[in-house]
Amino acid sequence: MADQKTDPITDETLEYVAILAKLELSEDEKKAAKQDMERMLAYIDQLKELDTGQVEPLSHAFAAENVFREDVAVHTDGHEDTLLNAPQKNGRCFTVPKTVI
Amino acid sequence: MRAYETVIGLEVHVELATKSKIFCGCSTAFGAKPNTHTCPVCTGMPGALPVLNRQVVEYAVAVGIAAGCEIASYSKFDRKNYFYPDNPQNYQISQLYQPICRNGGIEIETETCKKTIGIHEIHMEEDAGKLVHDEWEDISYVDYNRSGVPLIEIVSEPDLRSAQEVIAYLEKLRMMIQYLGASDCKLQEGSMRADVNLSVRPAGSLAYGTRTEMKNLNSFKAITRAIEHEKNRQIDMIESGGTVIQETRRWDDAKGESYAMRSKEDAKDYRYFPEPDLVPVRISDEWLAQIRARQPEMREARMERYQKQYGLPEYDAQILTGSKRMADIFEQASERCKKPKKVSNWLMGETMRLLRENGQEPDTLSIDPYKLAKLVDLADSGAVNNTVAKEVFEELFLHDTDPEQYVKDHGLKTVNDEGKLRSVIEQVLKDYPKSVEDYRNGKQKAAGFLVGQTMKAMKGKANPGLVNQILKELL
Amino acid sequence: MDLTGFSAIALAKKIQAKEISVEEAVRDTLAQIEKKEPDIHSFITVDAKGALAQAREVQKKIDAGSLTGALAGVPIAVKDNLCTKGLLTTCGSKMLSDFVPAYTAEAVQRLKHAGMVVVGKTNMDEFAMGSTTETSYYGPTKNPWNLAHVPGGSSGGSCAAVAAGQCVCALGSDTGGSIRQPSAFCGVTGIKPTYGTVSRYGLVAYGSSLDQVAPVAKDVSDCAALLEVLAAHDPKDSTCVKRDDTDFTSALVRDVKGMKIGIPRDYFADGLDAQVKESVLHAADVLRDLGAEVSEFDLSLVKYAVPAYYVIACAEASSNLERFDGVKYGWRAKQYEGLHDMYKKTRSEAFGAEVKRRIMLGSFVLSSGYYDAYYLKALRTKALIKQAFDKAFASFDLILCPAAPYTAPKIGESLKDPIQMYLGDIYTVAVNLAGLPGISLPVGVDAAGLPIGMQLIGDCFQEKKLIRAAFTYEQESAFMRCPYAGGKAERSGGK
Repeated sequence: MADQKTDPITDETLEYVAILAKLELSEDEKKAAKQDMERMLAYIDQLKELDTGQVEPLSHAFAAENVFREDVAVHTDGHEDTLLNAPQKNGRCFTVPKTVI
Repeated sequence: MRAYETVIGLEVHVELATKSKIFCGCSTAFGAKPNTHTCPVCTGMPGALPVLNRQVVEYAVAVGIAAGCEIASYSKFDRKNYFYPDNPQNYQISQLYQPICRNGGIEIETETCKKTIGIHEIHMEEDAGKLVHDEWEDISYVDYNRSGVPLIEIVSEPDLRSAQEVIAYLEKLRMMIQYLGASDCKLQEGSMRADVNLSVRPAGSLAYGTRTEMKNLNSFKAITRAIEHEKNRQIDMIESGGTVIQETRRWDDAKGESYAMRSKEDAKDYRYFPEPDLVPVRISDEWLAQIRARQPEMREARMERYQKQYGLPEYDAQILTGSKRMADIFEQASERCKKPKKVSNWLMGETMRLLRENGQEPDTLSIDPYKLAKLVDLADSGAVNNTVAKEVFEELFLHDTDPEQYVKDHGLKTVNDEGKLRSVIEQVLKDYPKSVEDYRNGKQKAAGFLVGQTMKAMKGKANPGLVNQILKELL
Repeated sequence: MDLTGFSAIALAKKIQAKEISVEEAVRDTLAQIEKKEPDIHSFITVDAKGALAQAREVQKKIDAGSLTGALAGVPIAVKDNLCTKGLLTTCGSKMLSDFVPAYTAEAVQRLKHAGMVVVGKTNMDEFAMGSTTETSYYGPTKNPWNLAHVPGGSSGGSCAAVAAGQCVCALGSDTGGSIRQPSAFCGVTGIKPTYGTVSRYGLVAYGSSLDQVAPVAKDVSDCAALLEVLAAHDPKDSTCVKRDDTDFTSALVRDVKGMKIGIPRDYFADGLDAQVKESVLHAADVLRDLGAEVSEFDLSLVKYAVPAYYVIACAEASSNLERFDGVKYGWRAKQYEGLHDMYKKTRSEAFGAEVKRRIMLGSFVLSSGYYDAYYLKALRTKALIKQAFDKAFASFDLILCPAAPYTAPKIGESLKDPIQMYLGDIYTVAVNLAGLPGISLPVGVDAAGLPIGMQLIGDCFQEKKLIRAAFTYEQESAFMRCPYAGGKAERSGGK
């Protein structure tokens, strides 16, 4: 793993992150994004100063457990509400460009 | 050419038989019109939140116990992030870091060996919706009925070495899960799906080769063909100096080939992180004990019991317990009529025949055990003869007809009236003098013909034993 | 009639006493909104028709005696990231510019059940990402104290609406300070409850482990009353806790004798504006004079809270915002080639710069190879920060500090330097990381006439202590009223 403190964000990394985030950036935006990310990461790198070896990562602030619902089915037809804001639909389905299988 | 060993690991997804989805109250019932069983939660609406279905946890633990796994006393959910239209949030809630079950094993037996296949882990996750691709237009249709249906994923260790072992493993897994009532496990319907991870290595080597993952395997036949094909593809590649690339391949059973599902749009980086909207699951010792206590009798135990309790041969016990459905029907019918061997014969004989003829699986069997018991009594007492009994049984199998009612309505009771039979037989002998002569000249077959004609005249209701007796007498 | 001077509780009393009708209260609110919107721009949607229809329904119930709650009949504005059935919900973004939910957020449902009337949806930073309400697709909101300045964010619209006298109270949300900071900038009172107190169902998620619905009003009593209505267990939200102690208005008592209040030395270091420091410390003196035991202590880890917060919030946000893809609702690009291009174009066209920035950072810190170094590291930091607060609350009932290191900046200045902007959250983010309750209330104005806010932080589930101390301070101080609001000043006296 590279030493993030000194590594600038490469074009490849930016491209990779854009694919993950499904964003398309113009050349200017790419430049700005690179700079932004580098600055942000440099700022975040302060966390390296902290000795966190003694603690576990804390996901939930409180130790809640076992919140369940019972297995009861609701039998309404939700299609109208579901499709209410559909950008494109056909009958009772959403439509999207054909997915590559 | 060197000898190669095939190394296979399986990831099996099973749709659980809960009434509602894993994170919301929408129904899991199959066959509804598109997007009927949907709500803000399973369609990824802004602000919607998941709440875990307790029954999903219980089924997952039950399967884990049956598979000999360690049940995690603490497990949690993680998000698996990837963009695809059947995934309404573009992340799937699954379990990566702390799954509910780990380190189990399932014993399998093939013709050539008996071994234990390790279970790496079992985890809970949600199913995706369905995409239907238009034939002509560049459009796919998205239906979220299936989105949020609960799944467990069973990940094996790479302990399998052949297609036969894979099939044995899947059959064992399916049997186990059906016995638990956790799922109906139908490959063709998608309630059980298997992805095959396969690599090859020179025989005797301990290092693992690069593996590929195969998807879209919808039948045992397809799985077998795909394994053979991929094994050969990889061996050919290595033998000709190439290297196997780690990739996901889609099996096309019609063509008998697989294709790489490569896409540069897909970084395959799922960025798993703990699901903040759900709290962890703690299985206390009490809860685990409760689930264990509720664990139904599994197939092996049942098989043994049938041999001991009902005195059935091993072969019979094996067939009867081949599906929980059939085993349940057997037991209920036997309790009623107290004739287990007879019930067993009906199930193994006529039932299996009719299932095959109708292209049905034993686990879809829906015979009313009490009606079956009645039929057994009718046949056993001689009230109907065997031919009639088979006819009545077919009615029961196809139309759930009550045997007693049917026999009454169609007047099928065996005629045991000697006098009546005698007069009919005398008539038959008069009508077919040639056969009578043939018989008297030594042709035994002629007797059969005469019996047949008698039965015809009696519309099959004659008591065959009596007919034979009287005929022999008169001849 | 001009009702802008009333608090929510006082207005409700007048409605119960039949001095004003609900419809009058709503009409007056709508008139104030209309009059002041050209200056303030705190609303994205005003629902006059719906509000008047609600008013008539509520009046019927009040007349029948079935609605007797402390806030029945009171108009309220709702931040536009809370779903409202049948009413446009945009989250301040182009992505949802035509999104009309088929369901209402649980928090809003509870307000309506109590007889409150939703008059409209307020402006906010896009998807709650921002500290100035300048990242809104619909244009910035102005600070009523000085129209050239920001109201703060991301609940800038809600806080400005209350400060400007457009609406007596409003609902916002708080993920890293989004109700506390703009409350301070706008000289009003806002409270973020303990995480899990108010249902998040229907609140469009930004940082799921940090978000809470939060009310803003003119005084502590109104906030307490609102929180009392909002706080309830919701089986649709797995992170919503069941609490028995939600009678928050019972804490509206003037008594801080013996209360131990801690002032973190490390919060009063460089970077804190001198006037803010002075005002806040003066407020501490007031509490001391009233019998509280005020002393300094070291909280520690202060400089790590903001970076840890941004890693966690951006990571969760990058995932929460994946659902916006042009398939099921919201914006879809008009031109694209194939599915993935549709995703990319849709999201790139409809998300603003700050949202994109945070999505990219979030995706990066979760990506393979960096997850341990960034995301897990931040979660460990969060654990340490929680420990630091636990240690502090072993000695203190409350922590007192500024809500923000400075007063409201000028419009257009903050977005130039995102990191500087993030640093402005230094006093508020740790509270969200630890899931604690925090209240912001006005303690003065600076030389430029811009409000200064003090923050009180309590241990988990200790809102009543917060409310008691805040109420006591407030009752001892002059009521701060925004000149822009106009009308007469009036404030609840509590118990």
